[in-house]
Amino acid sequence: MSGQRMIDSIAVMRERSNGLGGGFAGYGIYPDYKEFYAFHLFFDSKEARKETESFILRHFEIAYSSEIQTRKIPQVTDEPIIWRYFLAPLSRKLADSHLDEREYVARCVNRINVCIDGAYVFSSGKNMGIFKGVGYPEDIGAFYRLDEYFGYCWTCHGRYPTNTPGWWGGAHPFGLLDYSIVHNGEISSYDANRRYIEMFGYKCTLKTDTEVITYIIDYLVRKRGLTMQEAAKVIAPSFWATISSKSEEAQREETFLRRAFPSLLVTGPFSIIVGYTGGIMALNDRLKLRSAVCATKGDLAYVASEESAIRKVEPDLDKVWSPAGGEAAVFELYDKEGV
Amino acid sequence: MQTYIYPEYEVVRDRAKCVNCRICERECANGVHRFDEKLKVMVEDSAKCVNCHRCVCMCPVHALKIVKSDDTYKLNANWDNRTINEIFKQADSGGVLLSSMGNPNTYPIFWDNLLINASQVTNPPIDPLREPMETQMWLGSRVVSIRRDAEGKLVDTLKPQLKLSVPIMFSAMSYGSISYNAHESLARAASELGIYYNTGEGGLHKDFYKYGANTIVQVASGRFGVFREYLDTAAAIEIKMGQGAKPGIGGHLPGAKITADVAETRMIPEGADAISPAPHHDIYSIEDLRQLVMSLKEATDYKKPVFVKIAAVHNIAAIASGIARSGADVIAIDGFRGGTGAAPTRIRDNVGIPVEVALAQVDQRLREEGIRDNVSIVAGGSIRSSGDLLKAIALGADACYIGTAALLAMGCHLCRSCHSGKCNWGIATQRPDLVKRLDPDEGARRLVNLVTAWKHELEEMMGGMGINSVEALRGNRLMLRGIGLTDRELNILGVKSAGESM
Repeated sequence: MSGQRMIDSIAVMRERSNGLGGGFAGYGIYPDYKEFYAFHLFFDSKEARKETESFILRHFEIAYSSEIQTRKIPQVTDEPIIWRYFLAPLSRKLADSHLDEREYVARCVNRINVCIDGAYVFSSGKNMGIFKGVGYPEDIGAFYRLDEYFGYCWTCHGRYPTNTPGWWGGAHPFGLLDYSIVHNGEISSYDANRRYIEMFGYKCTLKTDTEVITYIIDYLVRKRGLTMQEAAKVIAPSFWATISSKSEEAQREETFLRRAFPSLLVTGPFSIIVGYTGGIMALNDRLKLRSAVCATKGDLAYVASEESAIRKVEPDLDKVWSPAGGEAAVFELYDKEGV
Repeated sequence: MQTYIYPEYEVVRDRAKCVNCRICERECANGVHRFDEKLKVMVEDSAKCVNCHRCVCMCPVHALKIVKSDDTYKLNANWDNRTINEIFKQADSGGVLLSSMGNPNTYPIFWDNLLINASQVTNPPIDPLREPMETQMWLGSRVVSIRRDAEGKLVDTLKPQLKLSVPIMFSAMSYGSISYNAHESLARAASELGIYYNTGEGGLHKDFYKYGANTIVQVASGRFGVFREYLDTAAAIEIKMGQGAKPGIGGHLPGAKITADVAETRMIPEGADAISPAPHHDIYSIEDLRQLVMSLKEATDYKKPVFVKIAAVHNIAAIASGIARSGADVIAIDGFRGGTGAAPTRIRDNVGIPVEVALAQVDQRLREEGIRDNVSIVAGGSIRSSGDLLKAIALGADACYIGTAALLAMGCHLCRSCHSGKCNWGIATQRPDLVKRLDPDEGARRLVNLVTAWKHELEEMMGGMGINSVEALRGNRLMLRGIGLTDRELNILGVKSAGESM
């Protein structure tokens, strides 16, 4: 599936964004480099790039690097310098760090983003890539020439920023390793979530809801070993009153999760799509204050804020439904490795 | 020379209204009111009045009021009347001044310098009358390992926690310092509300074992009333290391209050003074505390959370950090405005720090050290309203203890004379004729009302912020803004200034 389908789809929802942020995540787009971490970076200056590359060289082997090819269009202006690196951690450095490989990579990403002025890693997973910027999403898609990329799964987002200024790094999807998150809404639990998650080595530098939700998912799934479904029961749990009417087994599980991770409960309106290797999860806040529509056609699954965006690219659907608030909709490949 | 001190408050009777029914005379344990047989009128001796307002409330024709006396020494901004009078009293007696209830002086109250947020446009407020709003939460350690059984299901690896329907508990007030009926009111209200009350350090009366599921029993430096059944009966155990009203000292319940019943409950001889030492004599450092925590857990088969209550003092963040690593499940912080049945005045009025700053610093420190999950934090001393409660939770408290507010609900009028033992409201007394004035049915009902009202208010304010679970409010400091505070104070509280956005 090429990125063009996503561009066509999200263009329908143009009025939901205001031109201050658009972006895409494609999974399975780098089959030739699938063993390497694909870093996408914004640089404000050549100096920032030099400093970052010297950091990268100290920690990684670079399999390939180049500027990301873009198409100059009048709708997208003031773009930073945008580079792509395919990286493998230096084995000696990795061994010395006593970290597992993904944690090592995540920490390097964090180091660049926090410590190097004018450099920002906005994509860092294997065989996936995030493309984003300031503009309407369909223009950003054209700018990055996404019609030339092919993947098994895509997410995209049009932004109408409120709390934080529209800047290239602030557009969605927000990514960490192979997790990418697009988010619609504004969470009221932000500081409770942020102050909790920062205990575990994360640093919320962007002050966006999406960033903190990404870290929550990364912490629960990658670091603690919960499933996506279990993580959803932490982030958007059923109300206690609802839990008490469930089966004994469900009560035990959901009560345990709420008691163990109460500070990761997210309140306020949100609808998110989490992309990861081999699948996506769509999740609404537990009051369902934002929209999310799911649909299937054959073995393809679609999630969007509006059904129209799905119908635009697949008019003839087998099944269309709206998941309830807090009900995770998970779609995964038959073979989770994503090939 | 005995100095005459003019009464601070005067009883004023409207003789046109007074019908000489003598109710005020019967109601006043201090002997203020008297019927003058010659003049055939009620007369009053203001010198004996503690301003508890019992007579004002009971007067059927509303003929009574208490006013601040306008008698004054020559005005002096440095030597105010109270200070001068205290000098006179000490020159007369040579003794330590005693006071009751919380510090009444004009120190900053940071709660009143904090403002709460509400949602507009980008995030909808939630109407608690139409949407679910959760105030239920669990108190205790949240350290978990993720383990699965053979079928891949998650195994519950949590340590024991307490379930609260609303993040409010009744703080420690011992049987002895308060009456049997006051204790029964607290116990019954806690049971009905699905929260907890705290026995204080005076043991647990055998009649109240039936409320054990909603009882936190205290183990204090005097170890009064501590034995196996006491620990087994409780939902949780609290080690009292300190009290906000009197940090650094123990307690002294005079023998006059040690009635037969109180003596039995405390396991001490009737009429003997009950003296709690300043330190626990088995705790001279942090590792000794750990041993007591673990001993209590061992004694109760690791089935109950253990609280450690400390007074808010200057180095509280470091102390709390030590406690969070001691095996304790909950740290209760008692601010310097917390109440007491009796404390040396100088200590009550000068020692310790406000709970707002102590709480903010402890919560932040535990997060910086990555050990906030080890413990829950309970803040108390003094939480005066649901506004204070909400602000405490947003600063980082899991729940709050209320003591003075609970006493007020039962009828206390804050006359601050608990140490006299003649509480006209039947609360801080052991005199049977006074105790019976507090009907436990009524006391429990009023406590339930108070907490229910606060719960409604908490829900309304949370809803306004777009938060529908109290768990998402905990530590959510962006929901607060400081007003009229210095940069340093804002920094210590960890909140932004009013007018500052994200």
